[in-house]
Amino acid sequence: MDKKKIATRDGFGEAIVELGRENRDILIVDIDIGKSCKTQAFRKELPEQYLNVGIAEQNGAGVAAGLATCGKIPFVVTYAAFGSMRICEMIRQEIAYPKLNVKIACSHGGVTPANDGASHQAIEDMGIMRTIPNMTVIMPADFYAAKALVKAAAKYDGPVYLRFTRDAVPVIYDEDATFEIGKAKQLRDGKDVAILANGDTVRLALEAADLLAKKGIRTRVLDVHTIKPLDVEAVNACIDEVGRIVTVEDHNILNGLGSAVAEVIAEAGKGRLKRIGIQDQFGQSAPYERLLAMNGITAENIAAEAEKLMK
Amino acid sequence: MDQKELTALKNKATELRIRAVDMIWKAQSGHPGGSLSVADFMAACYFRYMNVDPKNPRWADRDRFVLSKGHVCPAQYAALAMKGFFPMEVLDTLRKEGSPLQGHPSMNKCPGIDISTGSLGQGFACAVGMALAAKLDGKDYRVFSAVGDGECNEGEIWEACGTAHKYKLDNLIVFVDWNNLQLDGTCEEIMPPVNLAKKFEAFGFEVYEIDGNDMAQICDAMDKALAAKNGLPKCIVGKTVKGKGVSYMENQCGWHGTAPNDEQYKQAMEELNALYIKEEA
Repeated sequence: MDKKKIATRDGFGEAIVELGRENRDILIVDIDIGKSCKTQAFRKELPEQYLNVGIAEQNGAGVAAGLATCGKIPFVVTYAAFGSMRICEMIRQEIAYPKLNVKIACSHGGVTPANDGASHQAIEDMGIMRTIPNMTVIMPADFYAAKALVKAAAKYDGPVYLRFTRDAVPVIYDEDATFEIGKAKQLRDGKDVAILANGDTVRLALEAADLLAKKGIRTRVLDVHTIKPLDVEAVNACIDEVGRIVTVEDHNILNGLGSAVAEVIAEAGKGRLKRIGIQDQFGQSAPYERLLAMNGITAENIAAEAEKLMK
Repeated sequence: MDQKELTALKNKATELRIRAVDMIWKAQSGHPGGSLSVADFMAACYFRYMNVDPKNPRWADRDRFVLSKGHVCPAQYAALAMKGFFPMEVLDTLRKEGSPLQGHPSMNKCPGIDISTGSLGQGFACAVGMALAAKLDGKDYRVFSAVGDGECNEGEIWEACGTAHKYKLDNLIVFVDWNNLQLDGTCEEIMPPVNLAKKFEAFGFEVYEIDGNDMAQICDAMDKALAAKNGLPKCIVGKTVKGKGVSYMENQCGWHGTAPNDEQYKQAMEELNALYIKEEA
């Protein structure tokens, strides 16, 4: 595995410049945290496509909706806590209900704004966005996945919530890896247990699969970068062909990837599931890896829980 | 504008009021008070100022109208029907299952609605976004918006003002329907507006204070606002009467979101029809 580490917000920052060069209708609506969300290259190179509405998230969402009705493709850029919760109802009413072509691009997903503490750690965002009709919800696993999925989101005509990491995470994909919205990416195949993860926890799922392999346990690993629309076909294949599923996410265990998979399993009437994620508790200022560990989000614990399902 | 044009416009406002009350009575649901207070501004926009094409409602270069106080949509639905965006009979389907005329405006259901609204404070920010898009594209379409006095309690209104000022949106005209009543009581009781004209001025708008139910004053303010290409967004603060034109509804908080019964409807129609001005021969 490539040990190079880059935050996925940097992938967004690179992709959005490339997109903006190609399509002059692509705009950034910044909310005065652009430096932190990696929009400054765009701001410098494409000033006529760059807007900053100040520390006014609600207005940012509304302005973006108005721009979208006039054919623009605005990316509202902020932190996940604000981009999902502070402007939740603006997204619902002015973007999702009219199905406007606005992208909410958020850095600081999950506990990755580790030192910032609970106020900035977004653990509820994907679940909240998932319950809004017409919304697509994506969290890329690494730098290259982020670049590719930002480009896919720009091509898709409709609202998309994109979530990136503040902190650096290992690069796991090649530069030319391809991604399709709503289509999980299988990284390993195995018939003993399946680990379904997204975002910064995909690398932990791969490490867990390595640990399990040493014990002769063959693990299927899926990067479920899109939790809505969920790749139900891939989940059903895991249920039918593997039967034992562990979900892993840097998100509350309520209403995120684990819940989405649980819904499919419950309706299938078969399959066993263990959800690993934030244990329905607020975080604190602490090192990123420590915050994950406090919630059992480690390769060792994922492997241990997978083994328990084998019994 | 000569007297004949002014009379014709006043009559359009009267017709709009009649149709708004009629559809609310038929639906037995809706918001008559605010529909009547904003009716004159609405009529001025659609029948004198806005460049729209009912046959091509999404025409890219059209002027936009954003009813940020979306609950008074019967006034806008009436204007759209009178303008020919959809047949007049559609007005009878207000708030009924499957109707394009939702309880609050839906842009994907109703031709001529430029953005879905209904949650207060939000539509105005969208109007700012539309005006900004025109500036970015070097186009000369204008954006007209109506906000409520109570709606100005919402912080998002003032956030949006900042963006309108920063990006010099002199193609944006917002009408503040200052009828001094909100859902739970008078503005002073619920949240004192202090001085809305001074507030908008402080936020960088060019402000016109008028009687918002006086068509001549509305047109005078609109003419000035549209002529002033000075980089300033425009705000028309209109002192209005909630329920204007129906005696028992005027200045009555209780008529915010209540439909008239048959007897009340009859009286409303008599009073509103009496407002028509006969054109001089």
